[in-house]
Amino acid sequence: MSNPENLRASATFPLHVINEIHRAADQGIYEIRGFGAKRRVPSFDDLLFLGASISRYPLEGYRERCATNVTLGNRHAKKPIELAIPITIAGMSFGALGANAKESLGRAATAMGTSTTTGDGGMTEEERQSSKTLVYQVLPSRYGLNPDDLRRADALEVVIGQGAKPGGGGMLLGQKITERVAGMRDLPAGIDQRSACRHPDWTGPDDLEIKIQELREITDWQIPIYVKVGATRVGYDVALAVKAGADVIVLDGMQGGTAATQDVFIEHVGIPTLPAVRMAVDALQDLNMHRKVQLIVSGGIRTGADAAKALALGADAVSIGSAAMVALGCNRDVYADDYAAMQTRAGYCHHCHTGRCPVGVATQDPDLEARLRPEQGATWVRNYLTTMVLEMQTIARACGKSHVLNLEPEDLTALTLEAAAMARIPLAGTAWIPGINGQ
Amino acid sequence: MLVQMSDRGPDSAGVAIYRDPVDDGYLKLSLYSAAECDWSEVRDRLQESFGKASGVEPRASHAILVAPVSNALIFAWLDEYYPALQVMSVGSAIEIYKEKGLPRDFVRHFRLESLAGTHALGHTRMATESAVTTEHSHPFSTGLDLCLVHNGSLSNHNRWRRRLCDEGIAFQTDNDSEVAAGYMTWRMQEGDSLHEALQHALEDLDGFYTFAIGTREGFAVVRDPIACKPAVMAETEDWVAMASEFRAIAQLPGVEQARIWEPEPATVYSWGS
Amino acid sequence: MARFDLEKTSLRELNAWLHGQPDAHVAVLNPAGRHNIAVGVDAETDIDIEGHVGYYCAGMNKNARITVHGSAGPGVAENMMSGEVRISGNASQYAGASGHGGLLVIGGDASGRCGISMKGIDIVVAGNAGHMSAFMAQKGHLVICGDAGDYLGDSLYEAVIYVRGAMGLLGTDCIEKKMSPAHKETLAALLKAANLTHPVEEFRRFGSARTLYHFDIDNADTY
Repeated sequence: MSNPENLRASATFPLHVINEIHRAADQGIYEIRGFGAKRRVPSFDDLLFLGASISRYPLEGYRERCATNVTLGNRHAKKPIELAIPITIAGMSFGALGANAKESLGRAATAMGTSTTTGDGGMTEEERQSSKTLVYQVLPSRYGLNPDDLRRADALEVVIGQGAKPGGGGMLLGQKITERVAGMRDLPAGIDQRSACRHPDWTGPDDLEIKIQELREITDWQIPIYVKVGATRVGYDVALAVKAGADVIVLDGMQGGTAATQDVFIEHVGIPTLPAVRMAVDALQDLNMHRKVQLIVSGGIRTGADAAKALALGADAVSIGSAAMVALGCNRDVYADDYAAMQTRAGYCHHCHTGRCPVGVATQDPDLEARLRPEQGATWVRNYLTTMVLEMQTIARACGKSHVLNLEPEDLTALTLEAAAMARIPLAGTAWIPGINGQ
Repeated sequence: MLVQMSDRGPDSAGVAIYRDPVDDGYLKLSLYSAAECDWSEVRDRLQESFGKASGVEPRASHAILVAPVSNALIFAWLDEYYPALQVMSVGSAIEIYKEKGLPRDFVRHFRLESLAGTHALGHTRMATESAVTTEHSHPFSTGLDLCLVHNGSLSNHNRWRRRLCDEGIAFQTDNDSEVAAGYMTWRMQEGDSLHEALQHALEDLDGFYTFAIGTREGFAVVRDPIACKPAVMAETEDWVAMASEFRAIAQLPGVEQARIWEPEPATVYSWGS
Repeated sequence: MARFDLEKTSLRELNAWLHGQPDAHVAVLNPAGRHNIAVGVDAETDIDIEGHVGYYCAGMNKNARITVHGSAGPGVAENMMSGEVRISGNASQYAGASGHGGLLVIGGDASGRCGISMKGIDIVVAGNAGHMSAFMAQKGHLVICGDAGDYLGDSLYEAVIYVRGAMGLLGTDCIEKKMSPAHKETLAALLKAANLTHPVEEFRRFGSARTLYHFDIDNADTY
């Protein structure tokens, strides 16, 4: 930003804080927005891989196999989930996203041999038809929940919370509650949706255990049951999810996105994905359940490098939400006037909550939705996933792995003290892990 | 009742039984030994120190010690000779037994079916935030003939623990339920009746909880104002019972004639005192 | 008539059988407070459960007519889609939670959060209903022939509540409304379906004030 007069900005009251206080003074209520945390936190960017050297030998690209398949939910289910790649599409509601976006994601996931996930609005026909492997969420709101969809799902996901707002419920503003969305959610059209933050019929892990049993009984023990948490007290939560009977744990770090939540929630509640992964794996290993109850990690996964780092730390798979939306066109530099009408620009937009998404992804408006053709959307996401997988394989081969799940913490090094402490990975050039040893 | 609750709480089990009240001037302690203990040696030394009227009755990993002593005296004696033994309860009638592992095994090890008393509290645990150890199991006792069991999760117990330490309450664990027990002891030391102490608890303790408190004469039940954690009560002419799930009560004799209800939020119910 | 004794047969066997082609009439013996009995049934069948049940009995029921001759634990008939569930005794918390359709009749008292998040189910409680009943109730009817606990209908959407006995505190955005002839007809039909004979004149109607339908700074206290 140009500053020819050399004016000094305040670190305590930078421009965005000043603007926010002015807005609060005008409106008297918290800011609601979409997208995930915008502030920088310690992340996978602070970790690097140790590629092959004299002591470790790499695999040849293309010729020498580097497998990417993963099985999820084989603890109890008769039909565990078999994925060709360890990257899934995270839960995003029909309502938050439009039907074209959901269909694009379904088609891309099917082409890549992976799964998509429903969200707070329930299961649409389009998504069930377009997505070969579909995970069905059971959320506090219970919008649209019904036993028929439970039975035609490939897995269930009991949602305790998500990374953007651990402890908060879903939110959808009136401008996105069209007749169709309202019908699916049993709400009057056009109102602002208030959502519960706790499940209506259970409280606490002792109850959750009974709830998971109920879902298993209804689905005749056929399909896996995931439990999703936003990252906060990860150690306890993972242990309790295992005790309550979860087949798979989905862990969403604070960088995880949302279509609409209070900004204060997004930026100030939850812990980053980096320490969350390590804590979850520690908890699983303490219970001797690592790789027996699988771990899917989400929250700021953007590239094959992020995915590879999550796997190296012990995850079985990663899940993408915001990144998948970006692949569909979110923040693409087109329709400048429409971004401007929302007082934003491509690259800065977080206005999912308005329903005016210029690229037709996070909207129910038919004119805007028409800007995203499902064939095009599916191609984009498929290309993006393919790229991510190639990136993962490149890194894994360089580390001498014939399967991406063979990546381990010892393949990593840390660039900062925080990352070293959070991930329990030595600081580059040293053997030092703060809190563990003194070197 | 405990075995019915195993699914909810597979980590550990415990029970407080009020029975065989000791004479005036005597105290009864329930002691726990993590390692093998020669209880007859403990008995011999106890009788040397305090006379033949004292006794030690072992039961699995615990033992009941009875002696004509004051609180201060017996604690000093234990500190000097048996610092590794842990005191599970102190009073004139209360006996607390607790153990890690499945409730079914607990009932068997402690031969609970051989015990009879006026009233009892039991608990099976699914540990939420603190460790799974015998010491972390419920019931917690922080006062004479007083014990507390808890279903739920407190949210402001850490600051209360520090405050209660300043008030002279000792804690053995980082468990939220132990803080609730310590809070009750403190309030009653400050002169509250059981009822008043529980009323204060409703104001001061935050989170989700159903508490059952045992006292010399009876017991009390209270749920927090949001009241999401379960609680079922049953009362006949002969007995009153409380449990987290109805199926624990369903086996009691005469339950077909019982009045069954669920306690209201933020309301203290008590029997016997 | 098919009979299942849960002392001899596993719950899983019972539910699996009910998910197949169950007989028109089934008796379940010795439930002994077990959880998840007759969940996910989708059949035109009459199920008599002889005794008390635990959590989620008749969960997600479709079309079946399920009668519990005893009391029910938390979440009875949760997310029911259609059919009928009758409890002769009391129902614990969350009875009929997020129910989408069908009729739930409770012969005794209902505990806290009866009808929470209801989405079209009809619930008739012959006795009292506990605190926070009809919390965030979106659609359907809740009839309370006894007393209503505190905070009835908190954060109510379009569900309608009828109360005959004493009222506790009303929940946020829940207000008393007039009974029109149409409301009386609806209420009469529900009482009849529940085999209760109270005159409709003895009831009062409650519904949403609809002030929370749009985020507004003037309602900041209630969020």
